[in-house]
Amino acid sequence: MPTVALFVPCYVDQLFPQVAVATLRLLERHGCTVAFPEAQACCGQPMANAGEAEAARPLCAHFLEVFGRYDHVVAPSGSCVGMVRDQFPDLVPGHPMLEKVRASTFELCEYLHDVLGVRAVQGRYPRTVGLHRSCHGLRGLRLGSGSERMVAPFDKVKTLLGSLEGIRLVESSRADECCGFGGTFAATEAAVSGLMGRDRLDDHLQAGAEVITGVDVSCLMHLDGLARRTGRKVELRHVAELLAGEGA
Amino acid sequence: MSAPGGPARTHAEAAALFAADEPRAHWHDQALWFVRVKRDRAAAQLPAWEALRTAAEAIKQHTLSDLATHLETFERNATRAGAVVHWARDAEEHNRIVHQLLAERGVTRLVKSKSMLTEECGLNPYLEARGVEVVDTDLGERIVQFRGEPPSHIVLPAIHIKKEEIGELFHEKLGTAAGLSDPAVLTEAARGHLRSKFLAAQAGLTGVNFAVADTGAVVVCTNEGNADMGTALPPLHIACMGLEKVVPRAEDLGVFLRLLARSATGQPVTTYTTHFTGPRPGGELHVVLVDNGRSALLGREPYRRALQCIRCGACMNTCPVFRRSGGHSYGVPVPGPIGSVLAPTRSAAAHASLPFASTLCGSCADVCPVRIDLHHQLLAWRRDLVAGGFTSSTKSRVLGLAAWVLRSPGRTQWVGRLARLALRLLPAAWMARLSGGWGAHRELPVPPPESFRDRYRRTHGRP
Repeated sequence: MPTVALFVPCYVDQLFPQVAVATLRLLERHGCTVAFPEAQACCGQPMANAGEAEAARPLCAHFLEVFGRYDHVVAPSGSCVGMVRDQFPDLVPGHPMLEKVRASTFELCEYLHDVLGVRAVQGRYPRTVGLHRSCHGLRGLRLGSGSERMVAPFDKVKTLLGSLEGIRLVESSRADECCGFGGTFAATEAAVSGLMGRDRLDDHLQAGAEVITGVDVSCLMHLDGLARRTGRKVELRHVAELLAGEGA
Repeated sequence: MSAPGGPARTHAEAAALFAADEPRAHWHDQALWFVRVKRDRAAAQLPAWEALRTAAEAIKQHTLSDLATHLETFERNATRAGAVVHWARDAEEHNRIVHQLLAERGVTRLVKSKSMLTEECGLNPYLEARGVEVVDTDLGERIVQFRGEPPSHIVLPAIHIKKEEIGELFHEKLGTAAGLSDPAVLTEAARGHLRSKFLAAQAGLTGVNFAVADTGAVVVCTNEGNADMGTALPPLHIACMGLEKVVPRAEDLGVFLRLLARSATGQPVTTYTTHFTGPRPGGELHVVLVDNGRSALLGREPYRRALQCIRCGACMNTCPVFRRSGGHSYGVPVPGPIGSVLAPTRSAAAHASLPFASTLCGSCADVCPVRIDLHHQLLAWRRDLVAGGFTSSTKSRVLGLAAWVLRSPGRTQWVGRLARLALRLLPAAWMARLSGGWGAHRELPVPPPESFRDRYRRTHGRP
């Protein structure tokens, strides 16, 4: 088994440590030797998505230097991995570790499904769950086929979740509409962002979801904040927590 | 494209006003989502959908790589078929050419079918100021023309207006009974009204969906047959097109016509697809080719790919931001994701907020029938706008400071501890206010007792 370096997105580290803990457990349970390089820092995505390339560049370079020596890098985040794969080439072109790190960095479910070949996860989650298909994971990393493209349907995250004992997965009427988080968009276009998020919550609630899960904590943090503000009763949990059997 | 100086409001400001009427914003969202779903069903019926998109992209890229040759071929073949081809460098020259054609023939009554190009050029006010009555004959366009506002969507110009409001408008403008809201009745009233305008018109002006280089034909797609009505009676037909509308061969239409209507409205094909090859007997056909910034865009990576656009509007229908902020919030004739890429190419200063009117969800790029990487282009614009000094310097300073903190694990830990402490100790209302746009709509996260790092050190020891 290769050594996996765990990348924990900055805000997950500080505010949602349980997601990192679940990711670590899940990887270890699947036979990985997991390292947590303590020198790691933010990947630079918040700045890069806002167009602040100069602010993002040192963070990208730092990421490559910290993670360049590992076989695999795994993160519980579709958007941070998307940042490494799609934006690093524009921001730190020609960096000696660029191509190696791009090719070896994976989102958690993608890693389990594609690299470790996992199709069924041992565990139990006897609750009614809606899957929020976070955009960067879905359309950036192609974790699923997406509703726009006319290709053979697949959904790596749903495959893994569906293997949990007792889980009831429910589909919302709009399979993969954006929740409206969008990084700084959540603050600069707060009105539309809030409306988008409340619409996603209602769609999942109508489908009967007690728990909404997804691959990006940022989307879930936004949806959770909206749900608590407006009294909508639903739990937001990262997919790593479900797959690790936590909060069942 | 827009009034000098650009829109007075940023997208966020205009969008907040639109979204404040939540029931209406939901109604607008659902009306457009319905079109998106129709598009999905129509696209799913073609097994070759993704192959068609790839072919369409390839044809457009090929054409754009040698645009001058294809345009000159078109000019030669259109001229041979009896059309007169005019070249307009910009909006002003386009308007002057059209007006001159009308003035030379004493035309004071013009009927128009849908043309986003003439919206871009501001043709209607130009002609009206010179004594020409211009009647938009597409039903949606006639409705917004009556209201004195621009279309809010390039394919569905009046999608922001409810049928009850159209009943009131027709009552006022057409003298129909008060309180009508039955779409069939309202459409019948518009038909009667437009019929008299068609009969009285001295010239018809149309847009162009495709100009075919090897036949010299211009192809116009409508659902209402209004382009055909408007050009069948008057002796003069003026067709106005942007340079990017040319396709090399008639057989290329087999790709584009299959994609266009399915992407736009979920129909297998538009109700009317008319090929105008030269004028009809005894009539005149004038084709005005308009540059208006397009050849400059052709030389500008990565934005040149925006010239592949066939104006189907699918990116607007799928955009969750467009559906909840309305086309007018963009302040430009072509709104939505494609408009947010195009508008700053004209004036970065006037339209700097548009590339930020997106979550970069990428749905636009995946529905686009010509595979324009719209969300990547929006991101590229953000970088260019920041580098060019067109965005808020406060936002740059805040994100610069954030990057300085986040670059160092030590500083991040320190700020994280402070944030968790504040979240625990300070009143929620203070924190909501401190967090600005976030706190206006959402609660802040419930702070954990310690960070992952702290916990990892506790359980695994220092590495």
